[in-house]
Amino acid sequence: MAGKRVGKSTVAFARPPVVVAAGSVVGPMEGKGPLGSEFDVVKSDNVLGEGSFEKAEASLLREACEIAAYKAQVPMSRVDFLLAGDLLNQLISANFVARDLGVPFFGLFGACSTLVEALILGAMAIDGGFASRVLAACSSHHEAAERQYRFPVEFATQRPPTAQWTVTGAGAALLAESGQGPVITHATVGSVVDMGLKSPNDMGSAMAPAAAETIWRHLQDLGREPRYYDLIATGDLASLGKEVAEDLLRRVGVDVSGVYDDCGRMIYSPGQDAHAGGSGGGCQAAVFCGPLVKRLKAGELRRVLLVGTGALFSPTSCQQGQTIPAVAHAVALEGPGRGGEG
Amino acid sequence: MKATPGQARRYQELVSAKTPRKPVARNAALAFLVGGAICALGQVAFNLFVSRGLDPVQAAAPTAGVVVLLGALLTGIGIYDELGRFGGMGAALPISGFANSIVSPAMEFKREGLVLGVGAKMFTVAGPVIVYGLVTAYAVAVARWLLLGG
Repeated sequence: MAGKRVGKSTVAFARPPVVVAAGSVVGPMEGKGPLGSEFDVVKSDNVLGEGSFEKAEASLLREACEIAAYKAQVPMSRVDFLLAGDLLNQLISANFVARDLGVPFFGLFGACSTLVEALILGAMAIDGGFASRVLAACSSHHEAAERQYRFPVEFATQRPPTAQWTVTGAGAALLAESGQGPVITHATVGSVVDMGLKSPNDMGSAMAPAAAETIWRHLQDLGREPRYYDLIATGDLASLGKEVAEDLLRRVGVDVSGVYDDCGRMIYSPGQDAHAGGSGGGCQAAVFCGPLVKRLKAGELRRVLLVGTGALFSPTSCQQGQTIPAVAHAVALEGPGRGGEG
Repeated sequence: MKATPGQARRYQELVSAKTPRKPVARNAALAFLVGGAICALGQVAFNLFVSRGLDPVQAAAPTAGVVVLLGALLTGIGIYDELGRFGGMGAALPISGFANSIVSPAMEFKREGLVLGVGAKMFTVAGPVIVYGLVTAYAVAVARWLLLGG
């Protein structure tokens, strides 16, 4: 039993599932960011003619799923599971997309770690022989999240420099038993860490300890150095959280400089007034399913550790003075040419 | 894993040391400019009403009306939130900011219907201001009655 476990929290896939295709769809602001040209679709507005921000988010998620399936030439009827989630109450984006796609469905909530959570569970389902093809997907929408978590969109308020900007976007990755593309070799499942911070305007710092612990644990479990990877990409700690995570790792003797970046920091340029950077499940989902998968397929990146970080709070828990717990999960990906190694 | 109070304090210190400071001087200067401009605009309206024959006490109400109307209009066409991002408290504090705090949720929740959307959510931001404004007014009135005898 448990022959696929390595160390305390890591699993090694015996037959590493392949990311055969991925779809990414973003809003106009993300399209103007430094990664704009690498997303599959950039929308020209945030409502998309859907009549509400919530409907628009579901439409982004659906489109990302359809693009991934189309690229792989796999009809939805041959997808065994859809594992998806979002930030809205009761997962309405994912639930409504699942209704439209008609694929057997698990709704997941891991805040911004949802995509990696879905990738891990999807890879386990495939390696365990329970599925041949799994869609892992996640979305977020700036205005839909704002009105749920903060203030009305048109309300005149000033944010502190540590606040993050919820990304309008979605990403979907199609995992399969075999095929062309980067493979998921290992996954490290994080436990929930709460260092006692309370400010929803600084989620990066609340999540940084969880990210640092999962990265450290992953490297320990596999006996690897950070340099084993071409890129360690967290999502979404943004600029302050990234700095804190680097500092925490340095304190335990892990130097990630040169290989570490954060999806929330990558998606916007400093001039876009997004404060500390992007957040929301759609941020890492779009960055991974767009630019990162493309670079892995092209061989520009060979080995990537994708670390999803989620702040597990609600407006109610914050108003009642509770601290912000956070979780981080990691998947190790290897591009073509080195598949199966390690 | 939940941090012990000691761990939480040390972590808070580590984060605070790295947290970029709010640009207080810049924010204050911009708030002064934006708030000052809104008040100057109000003064223009006020002078106009007085020059048309209203006495200064009567002119206050239509002046407030003009500033509220402008705040609501600029919120409706998507400018007031930018003004707030730029001018901070300078945009929030004048009565135009109060208008913004009512119009913005009214716009936002239109899709949830006229009763449970617009009607119920319109005062989510302004509600506390009204509640505590009234409470303060009563407290001051009672204090005045007790101290000065009405």
